[in-house]
Amino acid sequence: MLSSHPRLRATLWRVAQSIPVVIGVVVISFLLTRALPGDPAVYFAGVAADAASIEETRVAMGLDKPLPQQFVLYVGDLMRGDLGMSLSSGRSVVDDLANRLPASLELTLTALVLAVVIAVPLGVLAATRPGTWVDHLCRVVVTAGVSLPTFFTGILLIYIFYYLMGIAPSPLGRLDFIYLSPDHVTGFYLIDAALMGDWETWRGAAKQLILPASTLALFTLAPIARMTRAAMLTALSSDFIRTARAAGLSSRTVLYRYAFRNALLPVVTTLGMVFSFALGANVLVEKVFAWPGIGSYAVEALVVSDYAAVQGFVLAMALLFVALNLVIDLLYTAIDPRIGFDAK
Amino acid sequence: MTQATDPAHAADSTLGHVLYVLRANPVTMLAFGMFAFLILSAIFGPALVPYDPLATNAAAALQPPSAAHWFGTDQVGRDVFSRVIVATRLDLSISVAAVALSFVVGSILGCIAGYWGGWLDSVLNRFLDTIMAFPLFVLAMGIVAALGNTIENIIYATAIINMPFYARLVRAEVNIRRDAGFVRAAKLAGSSDIRVLATQIFPNALPPMMVQVSLNLGWAILNAAGLSFIGLGVSPPTAEWGIMVAEGANFIVSGEWWLAVFPGLWLMFAVFTFNLLGDGLRDIVDPRKRT
Repeated sequence: MLSSHPRLRATLWRVAQSIPVVIGVVVISFLLTRALPGDPAVYFAGVAADAASIEETRVAMGLDKPLPQQFVLYVGDLMRGDLGMSLSSGRSVVDDLANRLPASLELTLTALVLAVVIAVPLGVLAATRPGTWVDHLCRVVVTAGVSLPTFFTGILLIYIFYYLMGIAPSPLGRLDFIYLSPDHVTGFYLIDAALMGDWETWRGAAKQLILPASTLALFTLAPIARMTRAAMLTALSSDFIRTARAAGLSSRTVLYRYAFRNALLPVVTTLGMVFSFALGANVLVEKVFAWPGIGSYAVEALVVSDYAAVQGFVLAMALLFVALNLVIDLLYTAIDPRIGFDAK
Repeated sequence: MTQATDPAHAADSTLGHVLYVLRANPVTMLAFGMFAFLILSAIFGPALVPYDPLATNAAAALQPPSAAHWFGTDQVGRDVFSRVIVATRLDLSISVAAVALSFVVGSILGCIAGYWGGWLDSVLNRFLDTIMAFPLFVLAMGIVAALGNTIENIIYATAIINMPFYARLVRAEVNIRRDAGFVRAAKLAGSSDIRVLATQIFPNALPPMMVQVSLNLGWAILNAAGLSFIGLGVSPPTAEWGIMVAEGANFIVSGEWWLAVFPGLWLMFAVFTFNLLGDGLRDIVDPRKRT
């Protein structure tokens, strides 16, 4: 059955390829929790622990057993969705992460959509009009964008739009305290508020979101614009474009149906790298804007040496990144008609 | 290697090419100038700054920029200009040390994988894939949290997350030359594998590596500053750009902008310099990739 569906087979093959990566990620995060200098039990039991509770933690985490057996226990815990207890919040790390994940995703996805919507047309325009002001603007944005520390951009934006101009709300979280948070459906405030039909809350949430999302978008814009420009230039100078032009196709058709569709592939590939940067930068942006996502959770946990929480965060981010890359590659299969034939 | 045939002539034309690129591209020249400025302020900065970067002066706290304090003073009256300049040495050292470490380790691993191939190659590739499967900044956070909160561990973490780029580059460069004519000739002449690798193959990977180093330095500075911004590595009284921006962030909502803006600008300046330099070096090393 599979052989008659080359695309399905390619999809399944790609999903299977991510399994070794997930195993590698689990191994590294296991090593990170056990690489603590000295006795890991002391770290996981917390600063205020006495000898008895350290011993209790050691037995509970299986730290008294040999390393391979510890790994088996660790994987077993992961399978059951148990990442340990957070010392600072007193709840399980998985619950904490799940509670805060929607906030991070809402911020990151909004920023990425914003970045793609600006960067792709900018790159296309720069490639089709080399030497004009659009081209120069694109180059400046690309070089400046990668040099901007995200946390600094965020602070600058707060200074300009909150302090000087007074347009933006105070940079403290997802929603001003005068609004009630919308009922929890997806955890995305914009979607939840829209579902409730509560447009005032929606506006309030959107206002809080604009600055952090723009900060993150400014950072991710640069690599996307750079890649779009380069891919468009390559596509436009290739033989099939010359042929299409010689055949008398309109410049619009040549540009969008032939060049752009081919340029899209390398751009989608770079998105993977961009995600890696965006998820890292997300931590910094959340800290700057006191955004209650998993990034600021990890930063708070780091400050009080809450190891289970930090390592749970690292693992969750890595799995999220693997999943995002998988989605991107599947998207790639969907937009590249050749993949289906290659897999035969 | 063309240089082997006529070293003197090749060196001439390389120098000529460098001068040509510098003349044709004033931006690269500017980048070298900015780079020299950064190096000079890292070396001589601490001796030249007007104030002690750690000396507090409660009477002159939170003053805006003036003739006496070019970048103003912070919440305990320390001179922001002196702190920003003094921090150059620490920030550059962290990133240079990290990049040097990943250069060396990445080169060794890349050479082994690219030259001998086989299972070593597969194992290394799997390992690099796994590192790259983490969002890199997040992995750095995890490493620093696991190894302990010190400056050395910031360096190790930054080195680990940069290492895959070098290892992959070297692996590719070594792999394509593994069976080249000059390599076989050197082997026939009786050189050992290690000697062939070190003297015949690896030098060919150096030009693209230099470009990578320059682009990477900027990223390493950003990364280290980001880690100290969230409170890892460098502890408060020390002058370092990331932590200065973090401290200044508390005052931005009340309008004391100079605390965060000047260290942030300096950080940007350093990263921008290395990015420009990397692009310029690429023009010199590989004219085909000019953008």
